[in-house]
Amino acid sequence: MNSDNNILVKLNNAGFRQNNKWLVEDVSLQVEKGKIVTLIGPNGSGKSTTAKIALGIYKNIEGSIEKNTNKIGYVPQKISIDWTLPLRVKDFMVLTENINDDQINEALLLTGVMHLKNKNLGNLSGGEFQRVLLSRAISKKPELLVLDEPVQGVDYTGEIALYALIKKISDTLNCGILLISHDLHTVMTATDHVVCLNGHVCCSGSPTDVAKNSEYKTLFGEQASQILSVYEHKHDHEHSDEGRIKKN
Amino acid sequence: MFDDFFIRALVAGIGIALVAGPLGCFVVWRRLSYFGDTLSHSALLGVTMAYTFDLNIALSVFLISSVIALILIQLQKKTNLPGDALLGLLAHSSLAVGLVVIGFLTFIRFDIMGLLFGDILAVTTNDIFVVWGGGAVILIILKLIWKPLFASTVNYELAEAEGLNPDRSKAIFTILLAAVIAISIKMVGLLLITGMLIIPAAMARNMSDSPQKMVIYSVIGGLLSVILGLFSSLEFNTSSGPSIIVASLILFILSLLNIKQSIKLKN
Repeated sequence: MNSDNNILVKLNNAGFRQNNKWLVEDVSLQVEKGKIVTLIGPNGSGKSTTAKIALGIYKNIEGSIEKNTNKIGYVPQKISIDWTLPLRVKDFMVLTENINDDQINEALLLTGVMHLKNKNLGNLSGGEFQRVLLSRAISKKPELLVLDEPVQGVDYTGEIALYALIKKISDTLNCGILLISHDLHTVMTATDHVVCLNGHVCCSGSPTDVAKNSEYKTLFGEQASQILSVYEHKHDHEHSDEGRIKKN
Repeated sequence: MFDDFFIRALVAGIGIALVAGPLGCFVVWRRLSYFGDTLSHSALLGVTMAYTFDLNIALSVFLISSVIALILIQLQKKTNLPGDALLGLLAHSSLAVGLVVIGFLTFIRFDIMGLLFGDILAVTTNDIFVVWGGGAVILIILKLIWKPLFASTVNYELAEAEGLNPDRSKAIFTILLAAVIAISIKMVGLLLITGMLIIPAAMARNMSDSPQKMVIYSVIGGLLSVILGLFSSLEFNTSSGPSIIVASLILFILSLLNIKQSIKLKN
């Protein structure tokens, strides 16, 4: 299972410092084919930085990184696109890889934004844009997907569908996924390996192991126990905005 | 009416427009118009070098502009001055040094106005070869780096993450910019070259909804500007550079009118 040729990217005690401040340090993790590794942690804990180290965007890093693939799909957390550029969704889809029209359609259908194909990228809503970003990243059938909060701004039902899609992609393409998410519930159900960051790796392991970890509980407070219980019982209800229980 | 010099100017001008169109789009997209200005102002120094050491003007301008571009990249890394201050510093100091050197070159009769604003009388058969040969090389290289350059123009981190090496394509693009300035300096003049790059591209932006269309319209706009500009330059005895730029300005204004009309129609 853990033979070396399955490893897509591996960080060995990696860290990154900017303006004499450590954004993250001493992170060791690896992403293997067909596995989902999820980074969780509070704001400013170095999740995005860790992803950028793994991607090779940050170059002067401490520690080392081994990368065994060039077929990478990336969904950044923030993307600033200059609208002096006239860019339609279908132009954006072929940004880094020449894929044909059928492949574009297939990817857009998967994330439910086929109808936006000829629209200008600047006219999309936040959630629509997020779906296009994800669609572009998976369209090139990557070996490694790095998804930095891929469903931010997506509506609730869409969020669940997209996480299911991410899980499916990992299985069908046998690609490794490095996922950053705030949605602890989804994380715990779909992930193979969780890394909990707070400037450094505070704990890591399988979702159940991490949920039981005391450092994890300190970091996430009450939510930690909630997630644990969520993980151990099957949901038969949903919560409304006020916190009331709605029976399904 | 069609003297030989005019045909030469027309042929060279068409070559310039074909190259300036796609490069101009990138100058607009990447917000490099002041960078283009800096390179073209430094071209005066290149011209004086050419006269002093009896070099080909285009080659000399290309070398000096490339050096200035490299100096700029170094200064950006090593100083805390903002980018626009560095651009202004290099643009005006290289222009000033160029003018001072010209003052010393008393043994050569200089047509300063021609240098600054272009002169269709100055285009030789040799220049046509430089424009078309150099232009073809520029376009081929641009075609080769198009994918990474465009991807990093849209988003640097995406391009870097997905292995397209955006730094390399950016450096190559800078050199292409110096080259297009070098081949168009005689016709357009060094004060107005950036206009030749950005005004047709700006016009094209008003009319296009995709990058490919913008490049095509930009080339067409450049061609029309050159043809209209050169004919009026001949007709009214004006400098060729300003005539071409005024023609492109008129096209730009027409493209604005076109937008307003289409909005009215939609409503």
